[in-house]
Amino acid sequence: MNAPATPKYAAYICSGCGIGDVLDIAALEKVAKNEGKMALVKTHDFLCSAAGVEMIKQDIANEGVTHLCIAACSRRAKTEAFYFPSVAVSRANLREGVIWVVAEGAEHDEVRQEMAEDYVRMSCAEIKKMTAPAGNIKEASSKKILVVGGGMSGMTAALAAADAGYEVVLVEKTGALGGFANQLYKRVPFNSPYAEPQEVGAGETAAKVHSHPKIKVYLNATVAETAGAPGRFAVKIATESGSISEERCGAIVQATGFTTYPLEKLPELGGGQPNVVDQAGLEALAKAANGGPIKRADGKEVKSVVFVQCAGQRGSGGNGSGQHLEYCSGHCCATSIKQAMYFKDQNPDIDTVIMYSDLRVPGMGEDFYRSAQKKGVIFTKAKVTGVKGGDRCEVQFKDLILDEETATDADLVVLATGQVPNAGVNLDEWTATVTAAESGDEAAKEKKAALQKLSVLNLQYRQGPDMPQFKYGFADSHFICFPYETRRTGIYAAGPVRRPMDMFQATEDATGAAMKAIQAVENVEKGRAVHPRAWDLSYPKARLEGCTQCKRCTVECPFGAIDEDEKRFPVFNEERCRRCGTCMGACPVRVISFENYSCDTVGMQIKAVNIPDEFEEKPRILILACENDAYPALDMAGVQRMTYSAYVRAIPVRCLGSVNTIWITDALNSGYDGVMMMGCKKGEDYQCHFVKGSEMAYYRMSKIDDTLKQLGLEPERVQTQEVAITDNARVVKLINDYVAQLNEMGPSPMKGFG
Amino acid sequence: MSKKQYAFYPGCSSQAKASADNFLRSIEVVKEKLDIQLNEIPDWNCCGASIGYGEGGELPRLALSARNLALAETNFAGQDMVSVCPACWLASRETAERLSENSSLLAECNEALKEAGLTFKGEVKARHFVEVLIEDIGWEKMKEPVVKPLEGLKFAGYVGCQTNRPFGIAGESFENPKYLDKMIETCGGEAVKYDQKVTCCGGALAFSEPEKAQKQIRDIVESAYDHGADMIVTPCQLCQANVEIYQSEINKKQGTKFNMPVVYYSQLMTVAYGGTAEQAGLDGQLIKAEKLEKIAGK
Amino acid sequence: MTTANEKAIAKYKNDFLREVEANVEDGHWVKMCMQCGVCAGSCPLGPHWEHSPQKIFMMIRAGKREEVLKSDSMWMCTSCYNCIVRCPRKLPITHIMHGLANYAHRLGLAPQGQPTREIAKLFWDNLIKTGRVNELKFSLAMYFKDGFSQGIKNAMAMQSIGLGLMKAKRLNPLELFGGHACKDKSGIQKMIAKAREIEDRRRGLA
Repeated sequence: MNAPATPKYAAYICSGCGIGDVLDIAALEKVAKNEGKMALVKTHDFLCSAAGVEMIKQDIANEGVTHLCIAACSRRAKTEAFYFPSVAVSRANLREGVIWVVAEGAEHDEVRQEMAEDYVRMSCAEIKKMTAPAGNIKEASSKKILVVGGGMSGMTAALAAADAGYEVVLVEKTGALGGFANQLYKRVPFNSPYAEPQEVGAGETAAKVHSHPKIKVYLNATVAETAGAPGRFAVKIATESGSISEERCGAIVQATGFTTYPLEKLPELGGGQPNVVDQAGLEALAKAANGGPIKRADGKEVKSVVFVQCAGQRGSGGNGSGQHLEYCSGHCCATSIKQAMYFKDQNPDIDTVIMYSDLRVPGMGEDFYRSAQKKGVIFTKAKVTGVKGGDRCEVQFKDLILDEETATDADLVVLATGQVPNAGVNLDEWTATVTAAESGDEAAKEKKAALQKLSVLNLQYRQGPDMPQFKYGFADSHFICFPYETRRTGIYAAGPVRRPMDMFQATEDATGAAMKAIQAVENVEKGRAVHPRAWDLSYPKARLEGCTQCKRCTVECPFGAIDEDEKRFPVFNEERCRRCGTCMGACPVRVISFENYSCDTVGMQIKAVNIPDEFEEKPRILILACENDAYPALDMAGVQRMTYSAYVRAIPVRCLGSVNTIWITDALNSGYDGVMMMGCKKGEDYQCHFVKGSEMAYYRMSKIDDTLKQLGLEPERVQTQEVAITDNARVVKLINDYVAQLNEMGPSPMKGFG
Repeated sequence: MSKKQYAFYPGCSSQAKASADNFLRSIEVVKEKLDIQLNEIPDWNCCGASIGYGEGGELPRLALSARNLALAETNFAGQDMVSVCPACWLASRETAERLSENSSLLAECNEALKEAGLTFKGEVKARHFVEVLIEDIGWEKMKEPVVKPLEGLKFAGYVGCQTNRPFGIAGESFENPKYLDKMIETCGGEAVKYDQKVTCCGGALAFSEPEKAQKQIRDIVESAYDHGADMIVTPCQLCQANVEIYQSEINKKQGTKFNMPVVYYSQLMTVAYGGTAEQAGLDGQLIKAEKLEKIAGK
Repeated sequence: MTTANEKAIAKYKNDFLREVEANVEDGHWVKMCMQCGVCAGSCPLGPHWEHSPQKIFMMIRAGKREEVLKSDSMWMCTSCYNCIVRCPRKLPITHIMHGLANYAHRLGLAPQGQPTREIAKLFWDNLIKTGRVNELKFSLAMYFKDGFSQGIKNAMAMQSIGLGLMKAKRLNPLELFGGHACKDKSGIQKMIAKAREIEDRRRGLA
């Protein structure tokens, strides 16, 4: 795997797919040979064919080629054909990047050829700074999976992983498995015909867990400490008796569930008053009745019941007053439907009213809703304005269909309150407290100790003891693109700790999280990134002798992969790293690099481009495009034969977060007329694959104006754009508009000084 | 070729010298050209129409239609019962379906039918004449007898309600049924696109709520004009009557100058098949369909 | 003597939904409405309904018996069936509206002088006489429903149309004297009387 002592560089030019028809291949060969200094230059008319690939393999085996420059299609195409793991590979994108996007016709021959030659120059320059990544295999890694939480989510995750052949350690803080499900009388149906409440079945699942040979269960236990990284987590498990057990694990599933929103916080809806219960309270009454008439706390049989949906939820929508939970907990409508059936199934004459503002029954809940209607449950679209508990409870409400303020009374009122995630410590609060405590604030020290007690995982990470929380305190990272993944590599959230959900969704979630945990332990064992660059053997390396201990890399890493040693030097935990390069982009002294991706691999490409002088009226624009969304969008523009200016030179980057400002200043110093950065959407609804990489890039670029002024350049010479993977048409317009804008501004005054 | 046989339920409005007298006359040529034989059910009675609900209630209305169905079963066993009136068809089909799905309702209904000396077995199928044309005859066969294609004529195919809803013809969309446009095109005419194809004409409320119904009618006629139609074509007797008769009222009250002929699809077919204006019942128009008469006179 | 209305009130107390389920055509569907409002938006005479079908379903559930049965909303139905084909819950809304109107009419609660209620009765009475509708007698009956002098005015207003229809052979003045009729008039009348008797018994209207 290691590169031999004497590197040998070879360039392979493909003339297939029409490349040879519109480009001067002989001229490209000359560029590779004379300017690119490639020892071997070959052209093939079908390079990705078996014969073409065999030719390259032979050269690697017989000619001692160690570095390949493949000038053909996009690096996103033909990845299997051009997979040569023993050597370093760079790709010049002549197809999607040149011949498919430059306008047809002889009048464009010159600029098209210039563009192609530049890409060959860039590829030859890049390859000189690359080595084939060797991977990160340090020690025998553990493939055991730790599951924290023994409710339905935790038990399901444990069984899924164990059934797939992995050792599982399950830690449950109470004395029994089952979690919230143990409190239920029945559950909503998971299967067709979705018509009747079902036996919960938590006991059977618990029995399966207990008897599974691959699952070790710790009851009355908590996680006292989690150190290390994926593949080598050192976990201390504290049991009630005070004893500490140590387990070595490869990945963690956190399934710590939820707590019901406190009833006493809802006095406006009768919370805390007699005969006003929450859904958990109703389950207890139904369990006690066990199929007989449901009785209140005072023993009186319930003859009429009103369910108040969205109690203290959905901000001021639903039946929230805006002072409680902002979100919808997702399960409560179906839960109330189920609970209304407890009454109707026992006695159809019981008045059973569900007051809702928007009935939300995901999955097949619509059938369950219909079934309740058939049973005679009355659904009233209303906003409940007040509840008074008592022997006869009073519910005041606004009927949203009949548009009138009115009231009804009932023996019992059930408030459908929300789920509050058990996600541990809020890291923003933690960081502020630690900072205050370090500066000697005594109250902060006490608060820190109190916070520590709330922690679920007790991670020994510089960034704090639990996972970063996403919206509303849930331990998620991105609910559509990357479920379960969280922002701590190798630690996966499942169930209501990740987002509000019902039991069925929680069990599906748990299976997904178990699969992610398996993916993590398998990739770590092979020394690769776990996700999203799951094939990637490279990992960040730092020349610590140049480090100024500025801490930017440790602070800016979105995944908490970098700790600090006593001397405040960064300590990289490669297994926690997702290879985005945000640390590399952050480093002001440029000591962080990957074997195949560094300040030099990109910097040399920037410098390799031929910059025409100002009199030629051929501007050059550098595009730094995120490889996840923007670069594919550029490729798609090519696939659809949209045309954009031949004056741009695009370089894919792993994430805009990896863009080091030196690249910008280098480009402008070299005489580029403009620099365009394209990355994913940032902010609250971000789409960045590395959570905050694109946001970091924007932040850094906001500070580049001063540099531009020093160079005597207009701020418009550097532009940052949010580009989604579907933006193929938009990206073309962005480029062409920018080229027009730069033409208007005239050539960069830096031309000729580079 | 032997003729296709059907038990025929003409309905009140299609009787001689009733409001759709001309409609029934125009069916004659169509039947002859397409080898259809309609066997009138002896002593058939009114279906009760939709408006019958107010006084009639549920079971008496079902009994009225059940009597017709029972007569069809008795006199023309094995034949489908066919109506030319959408309201008759709707009432008959709804009755046949509801009684076959609900045995206690069927028992109650038969208890009443006994008073008229009949029993409904639930065997006969209630169909509309348009269904017969499309499903039993087919578009190709329907086109064959065309000798005077209605070239250059633009028609607003006004489907209205009850051939379209709730049952529909040949499984078509309720929002944009195409069968009537296809019939127009089969006769060589042009079906204009307009936005009131399935608008309600007001139905029986044309009598009780004239202003509300006339607003509906105005919308329909106006849209037909706006989209360049020469005339409106409909499959429904009540639609025809409401949309044609009240144009003069609307003109009087609102100062419009509506004079849009409203004809039946069968009148188009008769003319296209070479029938005379009289055979097509064009003498029955309050607003003369002159362009159609001209082609018939060629 | 207690009226049918009083009997119904006594039997169902405040549970109007149960009353509707028992006594109104397709009334058992009312509880299945999910309050989306598509029916209200689909009705050609929608703006003229005091309470849309959606609201009527809600009012039934809320026990607003008098308000529903005395309303003239249901009488706005043109039987266009738009609501039926568009209802995502497949409620036979047209039938329910017809059923409610008929129930209100039979209980004597429907608004007096409601024009559709009146013509519906005239139409039914007309068809029951001979088994078939006599369009001329029906028209004349309609014109004279508000009294003789109003009837002359109405008839005069529609005179030209009537003459036009006669000219077009679509209205036969001889219909006034006999006209189309079923042979088994009496059988039909007995059948209808029996059907009503059964239905009234079932609905507590006997």
